[in-house]
Amino acid sequence: MLEIKNLHARAGENEILKGIDLTIAGGEVHAIMGPNGSGKSTLSNVLAGRPTVEVTAGSVTYDGKNLLELEPEERAREGVFLAFQYPVEIPGVTNSYFLKASVNAVRRHRGEEELDAMDFLQLVREKMKAVEMDEKFLHRAINEGFSGGEKKRNEILQMALLEPRFAILDEADSGLDIDALRIVADGVNRLRGPDRGMLVITHYQRLLEYIVPDFVHVLAEGRIATSGGKELALELEERGYGWLETEPKGAAAG
Amino acid sequence: MSALSEASEHLLGLHEPVMARGDGALAALRQTGRDHFAALGLPHPQLEEWRYTNLAPLAKERFTLPARRAVSRADLEAVACPVFACSLCVFIDGIYDPALSALGAGADLHVESLAALSASELAQSAAGLDTLVDGKLHPFAALNTALLEDAAIVRAPRGTRTAEPLHVVFVSTGAGEVRSPRLFIVAEDDSQVRVIQDHVSLGGESGLTNAVTEVRVGSNAEVDCITLQRDTADGFLVSNLAAQVERSGRFGSSVLTFGGRLVRNDLSVVLAGEGAEARMNGLFVGGGKRLIDNHTLVDHAVPHCTSHELYKGLLGGQSRGVFRGRVLVRPGAQKTWAEQSNPNLLLSRNAEIDTKPQLEIHADDVKCSHGSAIGQLHEEALFYLRSRAIDEHEARGLLTRGFAREVLDALPVEALREGLEATLEASLGEAAQDE
Repeated sequence: MLEIKNLHARAGENEILKGIDLTIAGGEVHAIMGPNGSGKSTLSNVLAGRPTVEVTAGSVTYDGKNLLELEPEERAREGVFLAFQYPVEIPGVTNSYFLKASVNAVRRHRGEEELDAMDFLQLVREKMKAVEMDEKFLHRAINEGFSGGEKKRNEILQMALLEPRFAILDEADSGLDIDALRIVADGVNRLRGPDRGMLVITHYQRLLEYIVPDFVHVLAEGRIATSGGKELALELEERGYGWLETEPKGAAAG
Repeated sequence: MSALSEASEHLLGLHEPVMARGDGALAALRQTGRDHFAALGLPHPQLEEWRYTNLAPLAKERFTLPARRAVSRADLEAVACPVFACSLCVFIDGIYDPALSALGAGADLHVESLAALSASELAQSAAGLDTLVDGKLHPFAALNTALLEDAAIVRAPRGTRTAEPLHVVFVSTGAGEVRSPRLFIVAEDDSQVRVIQDHVSLGGESGLTNAVTEVRVGSNAEVDCITLQRDTADGFLVSNLAAQVERSGRFGSSVLTFGGRLVRNDLSVVLAGEGAEARMNGLFVGGGKRLIDNHTLVDHAVPHCTSHELYKGLLGGQSRGVFRGRVLVRPGAQKTWAEQSNPNLLLSRNAEIDTKPQLEIHADDVKCSHGSAIGQLHEEALFYLRSRAIDEHEARGLLTRGFAREVLDALPVEALREGLEATLEASLGEAAQDE
């Protein structure tokens, strides 16, 4: 479903990704862990198409298409979804208007009929119930004045509405208490399926107790330093990230 | 003779035919206006108050007095609907039209046409008219008085509270004409009233609309005055709004500008009694080559008064905006709380805004703040929307509308918030065109 080859990228003057290779097949959940500054968020931004990140070498193929050629909105319509680490507050634009515009943009692209106000309301109510979000958030401006947990739930709500084929969760657990974490994780787990790929980016192992990955990769200094199964996350929890720097790079690749 | 003084002479010349139309009771008032305008003439850009707004394009025009075309109810509904209130009061080119008006829903509120008043009624109902806007300082206000034929006189008697707002519609009908809309609001002590003054046009897209509004807010009274400049046209729009607020009174003004080739609004509020409060909101949306200039003044004359001001500008194309917000805290006006903010959004490289807060503080125990900002659309927000499948064009539109909505959502008449949607859309559409 997604194939990343020798990806190099920079933000501003700094080269942050220095050659990432990663293949994600349908049905797989991959976790990316790593210390701060290792390039985790840059990777998610490259995949979602953030204009401030510049790809300098390498390729990303998604369902046989060159993902890097697509505009952010085209990627979203093709089923790529990024749950933001810091969801943006947008005063003056109501959540309901935004969600409906978003859902209908995807539906148009898929050749499906757009939802009218009533159908949309029915759909969004159902999805909101699943993420335990009060309906009043529909009438609020996008993320404006939302707590950290409410913002993250709003992200998961959007994901549930758009039903992406490939979802990236960037630090979905940051700033969440255990209840909110469970709600977010449940939302993600509901979407898991044979046709869907997921990339879960996290600093801590905690989230991976709730969203159990098939593969874990450790990112350090812009490269994947080591990969393994879900047990790698536990090892990292015990040993921290310090040991990565001491082991020779060649031995870690795998 | 300069172009400005030639144009001033021409405008002065329009005074005679208005005098010849009669209305003896108003003659003295008009004469005062004429004399003030004759002394001042049209302002030139060397004056600090007019530095950014050159009236040369206006000076090229030779406006005529309104010929006054008949307006049908259907015509009116096409431009002034929805009617945002129970009571509707319609003026065609500055003259009251009883057939199109529907007064009486708010039984406590007195709404009268100045022209219909006898000399003795004039002395009573319109007492204080033309005392708040200083014609010796404001040439356009003086010109309005010089050409005055009618006015809406709105009086909320002591202790009355009118639940529904009053919708006063000023229609302009003829090209190249000068209209002099006039509104006088008196809220007696402990009363409350909301007035929407709605400037629209039916064939009066060009010409000069020169409006004057005066508002007296009595002790513990509340007035909200919403000014809609919706004549989305190529005309010159000038307005002077002056309010005086007595002890514990509250005055709210919202000025929303959606059109006009050259727009100049002067708003001045005097907080004259302790505990008085002013809220001054504004939104101006410009595209093409429009120039929209807002000059505001809040005068904290006594202690313990509060003012909050928010003017938002949204400019595209080659349009220009001007904002000057003067806050005057007079000696002894302690415990003043004055806030001012003027965020602006530029949608094109060629749009421009000159923004200048001007705080003159002559007391030491005060809380005053101001902020102005000029920005483009928030890139982070744009990316967020696009990452949710919304295309760039639509995302820009959403963010732009969101920026404008803050002022709309704060309007004290709920029906207006949605009711102005189409007007806002049309203006934003024009502002988004990059020419």
